[in-house]
Amino acid sequence: MNDLLPLIVAKYNYWMYVILMMIGLYAMIAKNNLVKKVVGMNIFQTAIILFYVSIGYKTDASIPIIKSSDTAHGMVVRAADYINPLTSCLMLTAIVVSVATFGFAMALIVRIYRRYQTLEEDELRMRLSE
Amino acid sequence: MKFIALIVVSLTGALLLYGTAEFPDWGDPSSPASLHVSNYYIEKTYEETHAPNFVTAVVTDYRGFDTMFETAVIFCAGLGCFLLLRDFTGKKEHFYRHIPTGVILHVKNGKKKLTTGKEFEYMDKDWVPHDLINKTVCRILIPFIQIYALYVVAHGDYSPGGGFQGGVIFGSSLILFAISYDLQTLVERIKEKILGILAATGVLIYAGIAAICMPMGGNFIDYGKLAPLLPAGSHVRALGMLGVEIGVGIAVMAIMAIIYINIVSEGRHDEGL
Repeated sequence: MNDLLPLIVAKYNYWMYVILMMIGLYAMIAKNNLVKKVVGMNIFQTAIILFYVSIGYKTDASIPIIKSSDTAHGMVVRAADYINPLTSCLMLTAIVVSVATFGFAMALIVRIYRRYQTLEEDELRMRLSE
Repeated sequence: MKFIALIVVSLTGALLLYGTAEFPDWGDPSSPASLHVSNYYIEKTYEETHAPNFVTAVVTDYRGFDTMFETAVIFCAGLGCFLLLRDFTGKKEHFYRHIPTGVILHVKNGKKKLTTGKEFEYMDKDWVPHDLINKTVCRILIPFIQIYALYVVAHGDYSPGGGFQGGVIFGSSLILFAISYDLQTLVERIKEKILGILAATGVLIYAGIAAICMPMGGNFIDYGKLAPLLPAGSHVRALGMLGVEIGVGIAVMAIMAIIYINIVSEGRHDEGL
């Protein structure tokens, strides 16, 4: 137990992301309502975003926008002064994809509701087998 | 079913948590993710592109192809919503309210909307009588939100911001307009056709700026070759990024509005939230 606690404190960002991700996965598997499944998918994507942003963080570093003191001619930019811009870039595009998938999923759900008048999965399965 | 799901989720979670023991500590500057290409970006971006914001520089210059197809993904999402939901059979029943007296006219089998004077107000089934405060506050706020969105797009390579963010803020101002008034007012202000053209124009601006670099003697998305067109000295790459960001902003703004309008009205564009 004495070994476990510092391990958790040093890496609790990963614990957060795993917990959030499992909440999303559980919602996608177990929930009966299609809207709740989509919300679960969104929580899952948010967990991935949290994971990426947290691995790009550096202690005592600033945001990835160059300071005016570093722009002078001949100044060397030190990589340790800025957090990792690459993970932020990847997540910028991931957020866009999550908006696109969410919008498209909602459109599909509206179509399903218009056709079957329900969003519960078991009722939908009954309607389909009729 | 739920029990099996719980077991599967717990097992997967435990496995992932076990795996994190090997991961670098939080905030470790020498973690594998921050060692290779990321250091190159931080050290060389300002020298090579003169864009102070590393994230914008990486998104639109170093990883320009990725962002271009990302914009295409957004465009396809809007196109998919339109194709799935759009319903051109207009509704048959219309309601008009005479404002001074409050009398409501019910028009049956009316194919088109009647043109009415100022005394009559078009109604739908979500109509609420007293929303003066909402309307007034939103009417004051919306221009400022839109100016802020334009600022976020225009300052994308100097401060936190960029095309996606600015486009989403602008699109949300349109959505606020549709919520505070009604959907009809928004659709009248910005026609569906114009939204579609704007969405395609945004993608075209991006691909166009990227393609212009080829006849100028460079590769696709090599903004440095735009120097004869943009007399900006060493800032030519930053200006190329700005142009691309504007394209992304226009596309995202139009697609946000298209997705919202189609989903809330189930594709009929007549009434909704």
